Amino acid sequence: MDPVFVLQGLLNGLLFGGVYSLMAVGLSLIFGVMRVVNFAHGDMMVWGMYLAWLLAGRVGIDPYLGFVICAAALFVLGLLVQRSLVDRIVDAPHEMQILLLLGFGLVLENAALMAFGPDPQRVRSPLAAAAVWLGPVFLDVARLLTFGVAIGLTVALYLFLARTDVGKTVRAAADNGYGALVVGIDVRRVYAVAFGVGAACVGAAGALVAPILPFQPSSGLAASVTSFNIVIIGGMGSLLGAFVGGLLVAVAESLGAVFLAPSLKELVSFSVVILILLFRPTGLFGRRA
Amino acid sequence: MTRPAVLVAAAVGLLLVLPAVLGSRALTIFVFIFFYAYLGQAWNLISGYGGQLSAGHAAFVGVGAYTTTLLAMHAGVSPWLGMFAGGALAAVLGAVVGFLGFRFGLRGFYFVLLTVAFAEVCRIAALNTDAVGGAIGLYIQFTGNPWQLHFPDNRGYYYVALAFMLAATGVAALVEKSRLGAYLAAIREDEDAAEALGVDTRRVKLVAIVLSAFLTGVGGAFYANYLFSIQPNAVFGILLSVEIILRPIVGGSGTLLGPILGSFILSPLAELSRSYFARSGLVGSHLVVYGLMLMAVVLFLPRGAYPPLARLLGLRRAT
Repeated sequence: MDPVFVLQGLLNGLLFGGVYSLMAVGLSLIFGVMRVVNFAHGDMMVWGMYLAWLLAGRVGIDPYLGFVICAAALFVLGLLVQRSLVDRIVDAPHEMQILLLLGFGLVLENAALMAFGPDPQRVRSPLAAAAVWLGPVFLDVARLLTFGVAIGLTVALYLFLARTDVGKTVRAAADNGYGALVVGIDVRRVYAVAFGVGAACVGAAGALVAPILPFQPSSGLAASVTSFNIVIIGGMGSLLGAFVGGLLVAVAESLGAVFLAPSLKELVSFSVVILILLFRPTGLFGRRA
Repeated sequence: MTRPAVLVAAAVGLLLVLPAVLGSRALTIFVFIFFYAYLGQAWNLISGYGGQLSAGHAAFVGVGAYTTTLLAMHAGVSPWLGMFAGGALAAVLGAVVGFLGFRFGLRGFYFVLLTVAFAEVCRIAALNTDAVGGAIGLYIQFTGNPWQLHFPDNRGYYYVALAFMLAATGVAALVEKSRLGAYLAAIREDEDAAEALGVDTRRVKLVAIVLSAFLTGVGGAFYANYLFSIQPNAVFGILLSVEIILRPIVGGSGTLLGPILGSFILSPLAELSRSYFARSGLVGSHLVVYGLMLMAVVLFLPRGAYPPLARLLGLRRAT
């Protein structure tokens, strides 16, 4: 195996990992606060992608600026979904939570199919063609930018949770919902904020990945499953775990495609998921459930 | 006869004579109703009665479908016999998933995601194994020979699917009445309490998942010989797992009639709306309606369609 080839795979994976981290951080935040797994996560991401596509094609806003609008739009969507739907099933049995969010995901996916058709789309950004050579390996400028912005957003989210009052109430509710209620936190509002922020993360991730990867309405399922995998590996509810897990899975998949057949790359992450579930179900960074 | 027994006898009698008046398209819809009700009954054993949600039951369908088809293609084994081999292999896979999952105490969403991961590993493995057809999968030659599970008339499939559904319902009824059923219900309601009362929860769950996987694997044989082709993405995919889950939950999970009721609600809807909306050119709109309906079930029938219907028919006292 040519070491340059491996190095290039490593780099590509790492750069792609930023988006994976952002997706997974959103999912993990929602799970951590509400103990609800968002089965519509990937479908929300697809709407972030199409929104970026519309903004770029119709309004002429580059996705590397448009992601702010996508995040804001998905925040509002998440807020509405939480208030009108998820709020009613926070204490329902798991199968009902899954059914509701699967149903919502189906609606999102097929609404996209009706609106935009089944053909794969790609967002054009003038930056997407440029590449920089770094010794023997090259850096795709679009990937670099996607990585930079995704990491920046994750750090911003961390600061929001660590430093602001609203962020602290979110962490309190995640730690102990009943306790948070007792000390006077409006837990229902926290839930809405958490779902909104989680949706905003995945909306921004969608906009940022749109210039790199072609997408179509049915792309959501694979994105959901990838997010689940990352969150299990990192630890459900742990944001640090989701962040590190995103980078790890992206690198593992990229190297898997280098060393094994490209179609086997998913096998790597699923095998890791099974091992993690069996031997360390709380994930790499999770606390005991 | 008691009132429920009369209702059951009347319903079965009606289903037996129905093919005399149904057209071929309607028969197809009924075949799907029965087949998904069958798979729903199998899923219900571990996930409905036992509360251990599996979102990877497609893995068992796939193992059954591939085993039966490969045996028929390479060894000339009739699917009627091959289906039991398929069921047995699926049961082994179920035992592996169950042994690992329960041995390590996975509950709730963790178990759900373990089952998803196993099904996906099966899918990717089949995609990359040329001996089982890789991504192209396997195609079955239609023989028209009932011994090969091929029927020139759709009525043949109708009666086979009906028999499958009734047999699985019989098994579920036996489980429900048995000690196993009581243990499973105890585990679903409060696993720690069941354990404290001396129920060997790990063993009970293992028995249930093996039985569930066996039945689902046998169903795979029917799937293969009704559709005449199997592809990894179709038989091992998450979408099939989701289809299997939807019907029992919509009907009422952990109830005997829930999977049948759910299939009677969802299967025709999926089938009819597909053709109706496809004609009107609005691709995807039938699945929007489908999704909205699933959401409506959660919001308005939080325990599925069966409990209110049972009250309506006077099968169960109002609670």
